Amino acid sequence: MNILSLFPAIPLLMMLGLWLSRNTKQIHAVMVTGSALLLALSLFLVFEYAGLRKAGVTDPMLFTDSVMWYRPLNIHYAVGVDGISVLMLLLSSIIVFTGTFASWQMKTDVKEFFMWFCLLSLGVFGFFISLDLFTMFMFYEVALIPMYLLIGVWGSGRKEYSAMKLTLMLMGGSALLLIGILGIYFGAGATTMNIMEIAGLHNIPLSLQRIWFPVVFIGFGVLGALFPFHTWSPDGHASAPTAVSMLHAGVLMKLGGYGCFRVAMFLLPDAAAELSWIFIILTAISVVYGAFSACVQTDLKYINAYSSVSHCGLVLFAILMINSTAATGAVLQMLSHGLMTALFFALIGMIYGRTHTRDIRQLSGLMKIMPFLSVCYVIAGLANLGLPGLSGFVAEMTIFNGAFMNDGIFYRVVTIIACTSIVITAVYILRVIGKILYGTCTNPEHLKLTDATWDEKLAVVVLICAIAVLGLAPLWASEMIHGSVTSIISHILN
Amino acid sequence: MDYSGIFTYMHSEIVLIAVIVIAFLYDLFATGERARKAFHPLMCVLMAAVAVVSLWPWPSEGGEVFGGMFTYEPVHAIVKGILAAGAFIVLLQSDVWLSREDTAHKRGEFYILTLSTLLGMYFMIGAGHFLMFFIGLELASVPMACLVAFDKYRHNSAEAGAKFILSALFASGLMLYGISFFYGTAGTLYFSDLPDRITGSPLQIMAMVFFFSGLGFKISLVPFHLWTADTYQGAPTTVTSYLSVVSKGAAAFVLMTILVKVFPAMAEEWRAMLYVVIVLSITVANLFAIRQHNLKRFFAFSSISQAGYIMLAVISGTAFGMTSLIFYVLIYTAANLAAFGVISTVEQHSGGKVDMADYNGLYRTNPKLAIIMTLALFSLGGIPPFAGFFSKFFIFAAAFSEGFKVLVFIALLNTIVSLYYYLLVVKAMFITPNENPVPAFRSDRSTRISLVLCIAGVILLGLVSSVYDGINAFTFGM
Repeated sequence: MNILSLFPAIPLLMMLGLWLSRNTKQIHAVMVTGSALLLALSLFLVFEYAGLRKAGVTDPMLFTDSVMWYRPLNIHYAVGVDGISVLMLLLSSIIVFTGTFASWQMKTDVKEFFMWFCLLSLGVFGFFISLDLFTMFMFYEVALIPMYLLIGVWGSGRKEYSAMKLTLMLMGGSALLLIGILGIYFGAGATTMNIMEIAGLHNIPLSLQRIWFPVVFIGFGVLGALFPFHTWSPDGHASAPTAVSMLHAGVLMKLGGYGCFRVAMFLLPDAAAELSWIFIILTAISVVYGAFSACVQTDLKYINAYSSVSHCGLVLFAILMINSTAATGAVLQMLSHGLMTALFFALIGMIYGRTHTRDIRQLSGLMKIMPFLSVCYVIAGLANLGLPGLSGFVAEMTIFNGAFMNDGIFYRVVTIIACTSIVITAVYILRVIGKILYGTCTNPEHLKLTDATWDEKLAVVVLICAIAVLGLAPLWASEMIHGSVTSIISHILN
Repeated sequence: MDYSGIFTYMHSEIVLIAVIVIAFLYDLFATGERARKAFHPLMCVLMAAVAVVSLWPWPSEGGEVFGGMFTYEPVHAIVKGILAAGAFIVLLQSDVWLSREDTAHKRGEFYILTLSTLLGMYFMIGAGHFLMFFIGLELASVPMACLVAFDKYRHNSAEAGAKFILSALFASGLMLYGISFFYGTAGTLYFSDLPDRITGSPLQIMAMVFFFSGLGFKISLVPFHLWTADTYQGAPTTVTSYLSVVSKGAAAFVLMTILVKVFPAMAEEWRAMLYVVIVLSITVANLFAIRQHNLKRFFAFSSISQAGYIMLAVISGTAFGMTSLIFYVLIYTAANLAAFGVISTVEQHSGGKVDMADYNGLYRTNPKLAIIMTLALFSLGGIPPFAGFFSKFFIFAAAFSEGFKVLVFIALLNTIVSLYYYLLVVKAMFITPNENPVPAFRSDRSTRISLVLCIAGVILLGLVSSVYDGINAFTFGM
């Protein structure tokens, strides 16, 4: 069995294990074993991949495998990874692992919650390993639908409204994707669904590419919070339970960026080069508008959700620049944003679980009451605003560097506009930190609260370590990404 | 004339007739209490046997009997098998309803009527001549009206029966009128002779429209759908489920074969007509479904929009489209029967609760039924990894490959609307709290078996590609 097939297989086995579990202890045991296995597996894959590359293997995709599934449409179960997907797998498994611990205290319907959670992660892992358009799309949708119940049943606030809005908007995106996939498949001569083979054929006429590129890009862009299709994100994230917010903002939104790059731009390269300016403008709006919106929110989760819109906008902004430096930055940003948003949402969930409010006007002086969580919150904030030494800096620096390298006044201007988000980010992050962590605690109820428990500490520490590793030693990751990104970019440019 | 083909090409019809005769005789002579108890299992076993016999693709070559009135193709075996399997599951789900005091003495009638309609569909599928087709259609409709009005002392059921028989008769009349035009212009009604004599003259186009309208009533496409909601609501739930899958699936398949085989010369005309009908069926039905509170009405509109999706395969007119159609009908059968199985068993055990509000909090009391309903709805909505996703994808691909891009896009936008109202049911079951939900109960064994079969279908039919390949192998020479 191919090593990559283990990634969707383990969540499947976890679901089976959960189904058979009888009490919370067994459920936790299944979840910890499974997610630790996934984490170990993805780390092993990273080393293995780096080793193969070092040994001089130059295939664009490694660990490939392909099994015929539906013959009439040439649908295969085809898997393979390059530097981008390997790191995405690592990111996903870190988030699944920490998400398990972040929802350790969950009381109601634990078993069902984790079953849907596993289904969600199954979709995510499947998506990142797939090389076949159909299989990829299938896993994509598998990852979307559990959100409805996860938010609707276990969420908070206006959960029914948010769950429905999120599901329908994302399904709207996937409707675009489905027709886009058919367009690509029949446009390329209806001989193969394999992404690498379609790219190799490079035979879709430009007139068709002009139709399908916007369709597919917007289809994935909805999930990547492309302006003006981002409106599901704040409501969805605000209502979702902690672990789901983590996985959704940390990984699921990356599916959008990854898909835009791997499918929309890679398979429809000529139209991508021609029409990228439209989407660059939209993403620049995402970046700045998201940051400004975050400044005026009063709910911690809304602040973070809008911050995610801004940061994920930056991912799309960078890949549309069509140069390998910016694209490397985009992948680094996916990793970095995934880790730090997950950290943020985990911390917000922990604070909310104690104070029962996320309104920043009602919170203050938490530093004295729960020092561990507060310090971690500061670290997450600093990573978010791009402090050197943490992951955010590496990613944004690379992106803006790369974007500015493009000739032409248009690129320079939008880059400068997008750069302003750095300042605005600092404004909303520091405002929140100052407001809720420092000062004196005004609510006497809050004085009785306790600091993090062991499971929460574990989740938070793992995430912080990952952020610091990426911030302090980014070279191994950026080398891995750069190799894979370059081959895609050069395909688009030729 | 050579009648030797009767026992080979018509073997599934003969087996079905034998079962009907057995049911009739058993009902007549087996009057003891124990014998009555054994009636249901006996019929289920026999029906399963019919399904297996029909599905067996034997003989492997096509042929004709009665001078071309009745034809046989291996693909017919697949379709007949699927319909028989659907009828088998409907029988499994019918036991509790048929054990009620007011229906128990009519048990035998139910079996005979149901199987008669199935026989009618078999003849419809096998027809090689318009009159044969018409006889099959009538055999499928008239007993169906009796079934709809089966609970005749319930006001709704009687009304539904009347509505059904009146619209069915009107549709048949219209169709017969159209068929007479064909005879007038072409001089023959044999499917094999007609294509050469179809010239696309205005009279023939009109005839084709009449013919199509007649079948449109059976498939309940917009604008021929007006009887659907009332009939579905009024009919006994078991009959509704039979009506929504088996009779619809048969009519859709026949429509496609006739349009493709008999009217290739008028392809442009019927495609234009189908285009409008598809857009209307999917959109109008979806918009109406959103507003429904009664689950049976809700599924009536859902099934109209599903019929619209099925027509996407018909409009493609290719072998690929035919495979997709059969595949879609198969999966739709599994999913819809699972949903109706839940509705039926909840109705029987809760004193007739079929409103969506009654399902609030169902997950707290009957988690298994709620999960089954959810999976069925996800499949109907086209959510992977459930089978509905695959069937929808192939239907769309079939229409797309023939260039109906805008149509596919409209259909795709409608899947979002349909997902919305399917999720409303999921929301009711899982999220909305309820102070007195449907109390926990244990359904009877045969319903449980049927639900397990349906859910296995919903999960496996898509993931296991050999089912699709199997169907594809038979439609290739269409």
